[in-house]
Amino acid sequence: MTIDNNSNNDKANQNIKPPPANTVGIIGWIRKNLLGGWVNTLLTLISIYILWLVLPPLFDWALLNADFSGSSGKECTTNGACWAWLDQRINQFFYGFYPPDSYWRVNLSLILLLPALAYILFENLPYSTYGRWFALSYPIISAVLLLGGVGLEGVTTDKFGGFMLNLVAGLAGIILSLPIGVVLALGRRSKLPLIRVFSIAFIEIIRGVPLITLLFVAVIIVQLFLPPGVSLDQLIRVMIMITIFASAYMAEVIRGGLQAIPNGQYEAAQAVGLGYWRSMRLVILPQALKISIPGIVNTFIGLFKDTTLVIIIGLFDILGQARLLQTNPDWMGKVDHETFLLAALFFFIICFSMSRYSINLEKRLDTTNK
Amino acid sequence: MNTKSLWTNERTRGLIFQVLLVVGIAVFIAFIISNTITNLEKAGLASGYSFLGDTASFDINQRLIEYSSTSTYGRAIIVGGLNTIVIAILGILAATVIGFIAGILRLSKNYLISRLVTIYVEFVRNVPVLLQIIFWWVILLSLPKVRNSLSIGDSIFLNNRGIRLPSANFSEGSVLVFLVFFGVLITLYFIKRWSHKRQEKTGKIFPFGFTALGLIIFLPALTFLLTDQPIDFNVPTRGRFNLKGGFNVTPELVALWLALSTYTAAFISEIVRSGILSVSSGQREAASALGLKPSLTMRKIILPQALRVIIPPLTSQYLNLTKNSSLAVAIGYQDIVSIGDTVLNQSGQALEVISIFMIFYLTLSLITSAFMNWYNKRIELVER
Repeated sequence: MTIDNNSNNDKANQNIKPPPANTVGIIGWIRKNLLGGWVNTLLTLISIYILWLVLPPLFDWALLNADFSGSSGKECTTNGACWAWLDQRINQFFYGFYPPDSYWRVNLSLILLLPALAYILFENLPYSTYGRWFALSYPIISAVLLLGGVGLEGVTTDKFGGFMLNLVAGLAGIILSLPIGVVLALGRRSKLPLIRVFSIAFIEIIRGVPLITLLFVAVIIVQLFLPPGVSLDQLIRVMIMITIFASAYMAEVIRGGLQAIPNGQYEAAQAVGLGYWRSMRLVILPQALKISIPGIVNTFIGLFKDTTLVIIIGLFDILGQARLLQTNPDWMGKVDHETFLLAALFFFIICFSMSRYSINLEKRLDTTNK
Repeated sequence: MNTKSLWTNERTRGLIFQVLLVVGIAVFIAFIISNTITNLEKAGLASGYSFLGDTASFDINQRLIEYSSTSTYGRAIIVGGLNTIVIAILGILAATVIGFIAGILRLSKNYLISRLVTIYVEFVRNVPVLLQIIFWWVILLSLPKVRNSLSIGDSIFLNNRGIRLPSANFSEGSVLVFLVFFGVLITLYFIKRWSHKRQEKTGKIFPFGFTALGLIIFLPALTFLLTDQPIDFNVPTRGRFNLKGGFNVTPELVALWLALSTYTAAFISEIVRSGILSVSSGQREAASALGLKPSLTMRKIILPQALRVIIPPLTSQYLNLTKNSSLAVAIGYQDIVSIGDTVLNQSGQALEVISIFMIFYLTLSLITSAFMNWYNKRIELVER
């Protein structure tokens, strides 16, 4: 016996009614996502209450009732935010005490960072050979730009401050820690026992102590370690410690990448006659580093946030500038929330976009591996 | 064997590398030590830990053990270490609770609440924790003066010197109340076992939650009333210039606690979320096919499996919180780093003090990870 499927389906199709109006469209969405069940409804009500509690007063405070002009906190008389300081102080938030007529040097080195990063991250760019060389020499170029020399007026590091200090410390930390991290990660997986033990001890000790103790070491103890009469610039000592700190975390991220490379790759590299260093450089590391990029970005986000710790040892980064303004007699008690908000936004924008990038990358890498 | 074959032999080459490393490190350390000795001699500083016995002539306002300004440096550092442990425990408890709730809410089907929690998580974890610590501290310091304290139900007072909470005074009979309380706990353990057995035999579910809640509150309360109310609460009251009674929690502790717990909770919520997502959807579907309620599915099916994924990264978050508590030095909460810094400035024994910091944190790290490894083993999936 054969069943006439088609005619049955046609009949069925004629009898199909559209779904009830309250399960589709906006109303259906609201019923399903906001009011399904009493727990759900309660959560919706609580959320609406929180939004109502926070948003209108925040809007009033930040914009409607805010003061935008004036030369000191006394001129901020409304009960809203006091934004009058932005006008005169925003430069210090960004550049610290850097000489104002040299701000362009900071800007230029930041702008140059973009092509340098692009040549590291993307493969199919024009002039990629020159680009790579440029990316490699970027740290030197920016150091010359920021510190002076080669015809530029010298700027001492105690003039560094504001958000620029966070950027410099964070970027230097991440750039310098990458090669050290690679070496430590390889050391941790090495077959030579002494090298392995040394790497493990270094990584675990550094990861086991808070960054602030390392910064104390930078400020107080490094001076003791140096030969008498030799002294190192404070910012450089701090950057060395930040680099050491970051490289321990970097090593663990890269170790994860190395472990994810299948053994066949190591064996294949050996089979074509490559020695240890060449097989690492040509076969293993390119793959391992590629899958470690999300982890590296996350390490960078953490390190970048940690650069605010320099205020504890007396450097004035963006948080330090905020504290300076908050304790300035002209502005005292008027700009607490505003300055914190601004500093937080600076960090939020950079860290949030980086974390989105790393999540995207993770997803992209995930699909290629499956 | 000539030198070339020594170099191409894998074993000897490995040996050469290691010897070079050891010699390099030894030379480096010797260099540092000789410099340090010369520098210390120049500055006229003695090295060694004997300074720990000297009198520390500063005060510490939050102390768990006896301490006064005539106590020694060593004791001051112990007080600081205990304060670090206090903030670490408080922070870990709060961060775990907030983090789990936030992680579960973020997966809620309710659009509004999941978005709200996402905003909280993304904002808090992308802003430096030090900024948040100082922010909360400044907020707490800008509360009204003591005379105009804000109050919650006239028993908790908020002012710029901190939070004043009711304190409890235990007189003699209170021992009995505690005995009853612990007795109830032990009984409940047996009830739980019995109800579990009965459920496996007969399928009847014993309302354990309600029974437990009832017994825990009712029996100790009854003892409390019958024994002439041996615990009395010292509720703070407004005096003319000051608050009387209760005990005070400093703004530094509260700020540090708020900032550390909300910051770490944001990371924990991400861990919890990915842990829950890692449980395959078949488990949820099977549970609902058996007719389990969503709350029971979460508690009995999803969370136990998710915990296996959650525990290892959770450990490192706990460690991060403990290490981040060293930022207390920025606002003057007297933890080990903050007190150690004072000791360092007074005695000049930089090397020794900083080595104490490092040993302290390394020990805490080791203890935490040992505990977590043990726990991890216990809940591990046992396969055949």
